[in-house]
Amino acid sequence: MKITVRVWRQKNAESKGEMVTYGLEDVSEHMSFLEMLDVLNEQLTLAGDEPVAFDSDCREGICGTCGVVINGIPHGPEVTTTCQLHMRTFHDGDVIDIEPWRAGAFPVVKDLVVDRGAFDRIIQAGGYITAPTGSAPEANNIAVPKEDADHAFEAATCIGCGACVAACPNGSAMLFTAAKITHLGLLPQGQPERDSRVLGMVEQMDFEGFGGCTNIGECTAACPKGIPLDVISHLYRDMRNALTKA
Amino acid sequence: MNMALDFHVVGDEIRDTAAPAGPIEKRWDEHRAHMNLVNPANRRKLSVIMVGTGLAGASAAATLGEAGYHVKAFCYQDSPRRAHSIAAQGGINAAKNYRNDGDSIYRLFYDTVKGGDFRARESNVYRLAQVSVNIIDQCVAQGVPFAREYGGLLDNRSFGGVQVSRTFYARGQTGQQLLIGAYQALERQIGLGTVEMNTRHEMLELIMVPDADGTERARGIIVRDMVTGDIETHLADAVVLATGGYGNVFFLSTNAMGSNVTATWRAHRKGAYFANPCYTQIHPTCIPVSGDYQSKLTLMSESLRNDGRIWVPKKAGDDRLPSDIPEDERDYYLERIYPAFGNLVPRDIASRAAKYQCDAGKGVGPGGLGVFLDFAEAIERLGRPAVEAKYGNLFDMYARITGEDPYTQPMRIYPAVHYTMGGLWVDYDLQSNLTGLFVAGEANFSDHGANRLGASALMQGLADGYFVLPYTLANYLSHAPYEKVPEDHPRVVEAQQAVEERVQKLLSINGTRTVDSFHKELGQIMWDYCGMERTEEGLIKAIQMIRDLKAEFWSNVKVTGEAEEFNQTLERANRVGDFFELGELMCIDALNRRESCGGHFRGESQTEDGEALRHDDEFAYVAAWEFADSQPILHKEPLEYEYVEMKARSYK
Repeated sequence: MKITVRVWRQKNAESKGEMVTYGLEDVSEHMSFLEMLDVLNEQLTLAGDEPVAFDSDCREGICGTCGVVINGIPHGPEVTTTCQLHMRTFHDGDVIDIEPWRAGAFPVVKDLVVDRGAFDRIIQAGGYITAPTGSAPEANNIAVPKEDADHAFEAATCIGCGACVAACPNGSAMLFTAAKITHLGLLPQGQPERDSRVLGMVEQMDFEGFGGCTNIGECTAACPKGIPLDVISHLYRDMRNALTKA
Repeated sequence: MNMALDFHVVGDEIRDTAAPAGPIEKRWDEHRAHMNLVNPANRRKLSVIMVGTGLAGASAAATLGEAGYHVKAFCYQDSPRRAHSIAAQGGINAAKNYRNDGDSIYRLFYDTVKGGDFRARESNVYRLAQVSVNIIDQCVAQGVPFAREYGGLLDNRSFGGVQVSRTFYARGQTGQQLLIGAYQALERQIGLGTVEMNTRHEMLELIMVPDADGTERARGIIVRDMVTGDIETHLADAVVLATGGYGNVFFLSTNAMGSNVTATWRAHRKGAYFANPCYTQIHPTCIPVSGDYQSKLTLMSESLRNDGRIWVPKKAGDDRLPSDIPEDERDYYLERIYPAFGNLVPRDIASRAAKYQCDAGKGVGPGGLGVFLDFAEAIERLGRPAVEAKYGNLFDMYARITGEDPYTQPMRIYPAVHYTMGGLWVDYDLQSNLTGLFVAGEANFSDHGANRLGASALMQGLADGYFVLPYTLANYLSHAPYEKVPEDHPRVVEAQQAVEERVQKLLSINGTRTVDSFHKELGQIMWDYCGMERTEEGLIKAIQMIRDLKAEFWSNVKVTGEAEEFNQTLERANRVGDFFELGELMCIDALNRRESCGGHFRGESQTEDGEALRHDDEFAYVAAWEFADSQPILHKEPLEYEYVEMKARSYK
């Protein structure tokens, strides 16, 4: 197929960016979206131009490194990561817009690459269970009802890609933060730090400049792992309990 | 005549002098009992560099930070949560014996030594089996959501052809959940200020500095800040490399795009021995290559072979649709050749058998590099809903990648590289032959011998990081702090200059070929001649081809952009530059090992039935290679088996 892409090019964090148009002649429907960008980059390099910078690593949909906005939708038209999107989703002659995640808390590093360090700092503020190495009790001393374990797992499948933030008109990180609070809050091991966790993480989230949540739900629609919106209710409940006690 | 000797020289035999003696079940405890400790008040004065923050690196950095040491950690990813440990699917082994099915530390030890085809050290493997039980406790305490039964206790499954159920799992995402557990522990330490984390930083050189008494010690690294391009020096009392495996030398593998050998290879060039580089694990059930734009390969769980039947057309070059090929014109070759095990033969056998069919022109799909994995019979026998319940997520993944419906037409599969058993040589303390340089996880060679069993990679990474390194490194640091190294020390300046010159060299060539075109060509050479089957003739040919290609690379590669900026082409060029040298050493190692064992199959060393044939009299040793500009030097570490009797594996 013939494909035209309009790609956000920005030399570095300080410079001004712009959309630049490139044509690709022989795009196979079996290519992944990122392989299409690989082919574009080979083409640009041989022509002596700068290839487009974009992040990717596992290309199996699990590491959370990749992610671009495709025709206005984070990770594109299917519910999956950018690396698992294939060109058969598109048609001969299509024009595809490709942009980086756009959020105040995710500054652009170069082209389609953004800095998601704010997510790590939210985790530092409480997204863990304190368990010094060597101090753990025998694993089966802690029974966890299967239903709780399964729900905790569901929330724990978040890959930290940031699509939820990119999809949110407010640039909020609520789905990401709430997924971690839900994962750890459903487990007996997570109870002792439950209050300090939610207070610390939410404070850090606000400090990083993420917007507030207004229950729009774009986050969960864009989430490649299907993290459900009700994790946010879980966060509010924990927040209310923690503040009542405080 | 041994042609291998044209390519290397033989040096002195080596021994693991840190290995304890005595009854195997007491070795680790005895060893720990005699280690030196560091007073908690002194720990913050001692610094450790941790390169790589996957399972091994993150767990070690978190544990050392918690203990009070000053840790400086580095990773090339934008967050430690993205390390490739995250992609492990199946599970993690531990000798908990929760199933009451006869499992024990001894049995896990025995299975691992045997699975490694008698090319791993008994002492190391026993320790691995011992600490496996602590890993599960640790991970559960961190909140890792392992699968549970209705009673609330942990669930297990069997894995990789062993007779007990000892594998703990979190659906098909066990690696992700374990890594997130270690990552959260690490982030907690970063928040507390004990660990200084440097993301998007890549190690490009190791710094060795002599003490006043002349002892050479690993004291620092040179890294490139991948955002700004700045070349930085970091110094410490010890250096740990936990930088993963080198499967990407094949270009196409199941490894992440960024996985590379540079950190360990730079250490190798500074004197660290590289052990058993030729041991490569090739997994039989991956999705085949669809075109020359292919960037990586995707693994599908080998559980598919429980119900899928593998076949190719009997006639070479038969390009009819599978549905048009009648039953009597199909060759279910695994069922035919291995009637007892059928489609469930071990990974290496299944991979090689697929290769032979494709070599004979019977392969299916693009380029004839694939075989069918057919579920028609299973769907008829069990019904579609049962097959969906069992394999639904794998079928969906296949359909997403290939655009084909595996419920109505057979899957196509082909083998792919996915793990490397070789790595930097380490002693029982995980210290390399360079004093003060420790190596953990897939980056070292120590525990899997010539072949790794399923669900053992996660176990080894976390064993090294949580339960081995924190002790052995503390023992080493009990003699520190070492003399402060000034930033203008000649060794520091020399290392900085070497890095800067290499970067400038890569940018100045301005040739006509892209980095990826070289990497793909190297990968093809490795796959053809140092892949599933190796021969003397092929390996000698490959060595010459790699040397020629490397020479062309350094005169004709095109690297765009500048040094002082975010430059992904430059990053890749630097890594590929090291892959050429590693690839050559892999071929030299494979050429020297004139036997077949585990992930290394030499065409000249097989039984009449075409099975792998070991030569324990000649090759029961670890091949530890010392770098030399002309010919690498082979140091043999003899392997002795006191507890497990060496036997041939059999599947008939």
